[in-house]
Amino acid sequence: MVIFSDVIETINMLEKEKLDIRTITMGISLLDCFSGSADSSCDLIYSKAMRLAGNLVEVGEAIEDEYGVPIINKRISVSPISLAGYETASEYLKLAKALDRAAQDTGVNFIGGYSAQLHKGITKSEEAFIASIPQALAETQRVCSSVNVGTTKAGINLDAIKLMGKTIKDIAYETREESSIGCCKFVVFANAVEDNPFMAGAFHGIGEGEAAVHVGVSGPGTIFSAIDKLKGAPIDEICEAIKRTAFKITRAGQLVGNEAAKRLNVPFGILDLSLAPTPQVGDSVADIIEAIGIEKTGAHGTTAALALLTDAVKKGGIMASSHVGGLSGAFIPLSEDVGMADAVSAGALTFDKLEAMTSVCSVGLDMIAVPGDTSAETISAIIADEASIGVINNKTTAVRLIPVYGKKEGESVRFGGLLGEAPIVPLSSFGSSGFINRGGRIPAPVHSFRN
Amino acid sequence: MKAVISVIGKDRTGIIYSVSKILYESGVNIEDISQTIMQGYFTMVMLVSIPEDISITELRNSLSPLNEQNLSIQLQKAELFDETHHI
Repeated sequence: MVIFSDVIETINMLEKEKLDIRTITMGISLLDCFSGSADSSCDLIYSKAMRLAGNLVEVGEAIEDEYGVPIINKRISVSPISLAGYETASEYLKLAKALDRAAQDTGVNFIGGYSAQLHKGITKSEEAFIASIPQALAETQRVCSSVNVGTTKAGINLDAIKLMGKTIKDIAYETREESSIGCCKFVVFANAVEDNPFMAGAFHGIGEGEAAVHVGVSGPGTIFSAIDKLKGAPIDEICEAIKRTAFKITRAGQLVGNEAAKRLNVPFGILDLSLAPTPQVGDSVADIIEAIGIEKTGAHGTTAALALLTDAVKKGGIMASSHVGGLSGAFIPLSEDVGMADAVSAGALTFDKLEAMTSVCSVGLDMIAVPGDTSAETISAIIADEASIGVINNKTTAVRLIPVYGKKEGESVRFGGLLGEAPIVPLSSFGSSGFINRGGRIPAPVHSFRN
Repeated sequence: MKAVISVIGKDRTGIIYSVSKILYESGVNIEDISQTIMQGYFTMVMLVSIPEDISITELRNSLSPLNEQNLSIQLQKAELFDETHHI
C-alpha cells in the first residue's frame, strides 16, 4: 500500500536531498580469459566484458527512468589482472588497453581490477605487473588500479609498501601534464574487500563467482537533512535518525540491485551503503559532521561524530538488505567533498586529524593532494601507518594520495568533475626512509590467531 | 504496471482536471488519489495502473507539457515507495 507521506518523503529525498544510486558495478571473473599470449587474453577479456556487460548502461538507464532514481555511474570490476601471470610489463600494458577498450565500448565510466594482492609476498609476474601500472594509468582513460599490501591474517608487507611509494610517484610523474590525475585512479589497500563496487578500488575477488551485480548507494544529503531537523536533540536521537534514514536509502538500493541483476541475468552480489560525497554542495560528509555539532570538520569531537555516523549507517543498512558488503560506512575523500576541502583551507582539518578519522571511517586517506616533492619513502610511510590502522583494527583501510607534480604547500589543485578540487595538504618535514628501507614483513597481529 | 504520479505546484483551478485528462486519454486507470495543500502548494499523489502497451517513459512524455505550467510531476514505479519504507 502506498502511503501519501511515504511518497512525499521519498520524492524529497530524491529531489532535494540528492539521494542517488552512486554506482551499479558488474563484477566479472576473467580467470578463464588469461592465456599464454597477452594478445589472445586481450581478445578473450574484451569479448567476455562485452558479452556480460554490453547492455549494463542501457539496463541502468532503463531502471533509472522507471523508478525515477538517478544511477550516477555504471561500472565494471574484473579479477585482479596480475593473476594473468606474465613476465613483462608490456604484456600487462596490452591487457590494460583491452580493459580500456571494453570500458569505452560498453559505455561504463570506469573499469576496476588492474590490481594485485601483495600482502604476503610479491611474485615475479607481480613485479612486472606493478612496473606497468604508471604507464597503464597514463595511457588509458577508464582503467582503475589497486594493490593490497596487508591483511589482519597475514600482516603487512613492507617490501610492497616501499614499492607503492615509488609507484605513486611514478604515476604522478607520468600524468604530470594533468595535475598527476593518474594517482586518482590508484589505491593502496589493507584488508581489501573482494566485492567493493566503488572506484578506484573495485575488483572482482577470486572468491567471487562468474559475475555479480553490486550496488553502491550514497546519500550524504539525505542524512544531513534528517539530522539538521534535530537541533539540540540528544545524541541518541541523532544516531536513531541516521539509522532510519540509512535504512530507507538501502532499501532503494536493494530494489535497484535486484532489478538490475534480474535484467542482466547475473546474480545480485552485495549492496554497499557508503556515504560517498561529491563536489556538489549539499552532498558532503563534512556537512553531516558539522550538523552533529562540530563547528568545522577537524575540530575536537570530529572522530567521535564520524564514528557514530559510520556505525549508525551500517546498522540501518544491515537491517534493510540481506547482503550488505563492500565497504559500507562513510567515505571522507578530501577533494571530492567541498566541506572537507573547506575545512582544510580554514586550518581546521590537518593531515594528522584525517589519519585519526580513518580509524573510524569506512576506508581511509582518500583523494588527498600533497606536495609534489614528497619523497617516495614518506608516501610509503603514510601507507604503512594507514595499513597498520586497518590490520590492527580488523578493518579495510586505503590510501589514495596525489603528490601533485610541481605543486607546493599553500597551492591548490583542480581535478574537475566528480574528483573536485583541494588545497595541497602539508606533511611532516621529517623523514621515514630508515624505517621503509628496512623492508621485510610486519607480522600479523596477535588477534589474528583465532583458529 | 502500478505507478505513482506525484504533482506539486502552486494551487489553482484545473490541476486535477489537466492531469486526469491526459491519464484518461492514455488509458491509465486512477486507483487511488490523495491531495493536500502543503505550505501553499498543491500536493497530489495518485496511484495508477498503466496498461501493458504503454511504457513509463511514454506516459512521462505525455505528462511533460504540464511541467511547463509550473507543476512538478514525477512518475515512478509504485514498488519504489513500498520497498523504501517497509520490509
